[in-house]
Amino acid sequence: MPVDASLVGRTFPPTEPYVVSREKILEFAKATGSTYDGGAAPATFPTVVAFGAMSALMEDPTVGIALHRVVHGEQRFTYTRPVVAGDVLTATLTVDTLRQIGGADIIGTRSEITDADGKPVCTAFATLVHRGEDPA
Amino acid sequence: MSYAVGDALPEQSYRVTRADLVRYAGASGDFNPIHWSERVATSVGLPGVIAHGMYTMALAARALDTWAGGPGRVRELGCKFTKPVVVPDDETGVTVVVRGTVKNITEEGVHVALEVTCGEEKVLGQPKAVLAGE
Repeated sequence: MPVDASLVGRTFPPTEPYVVSREKILEFAKATGSTYDGGAAPATFPTVVAFGAMSALMEDPTVGIALHRVVHGEQRFTYTRPVVAGDVLTATLTVDTLRQIGGADIIGTRSEITDADGKPVCTAFATLVHRGEDPA
Repeated sequence: MSYAVGDALPEQSYRVTRADLVRYAGASGDFNPIHWSERVATSVGLPGVIAHGMYTMALAARALDTWAGGPGRVRELGCKFTKPVVVPDDETGVTVVVRGTVKNITEEGVHVALEVTCGEEKVLGQPKAVLAGE
């Protein structure tokens, strides 16, 4: 079943505030072999927060996404500033685009990641490929 | 560091083993079993356990940090996930190689075209980044 076209433009509720700790950044940096000097977190660290927003989209029963048929097609980050320890981050996901290609739904999402003051930190754009039941 | 258009940035090689994927799953919160279970990965038609696309992207970011002389200088980073990085269940794992070329220098920063390969294959599609200027 294709994802409903009315999904385009829909904004999901913001994720629960995520408190960024030094330990979490260090864990992420070690896992990716990156350097952490107590300042900026690795560039892809915001995925930890964006992942929560993505889960909310994929697990919403009204959306009609079957999790095991989702593939991450594309990812892009634009940064206003790096993430640092002490940040309290929230991600708000909007579905920007929806296309059907060869029985698959191509879902373009944008998650605005903001700090405790509501100021922008980073925008995470993710394209999800939701394969249909009978791929062409 | 200073950059000039056309500069080829020093090639970076990273070894990826199953243990790295388990560690990344924990650090990122992405516990999809295709990244640690051969049984699940092959049941959905994959050749074996594959690295998280976001892990491979993180390796690209790691190379950018190395070239930029430290973390916090990436202004933009994007890619498509085109080919899976299949990681065997052994001590050796696989090697992911990250190359970069300075394409342009603008007010936004230093535009870098990346190439991320595993073996002969490009595993990321059109990976590119913008680094803060000097």
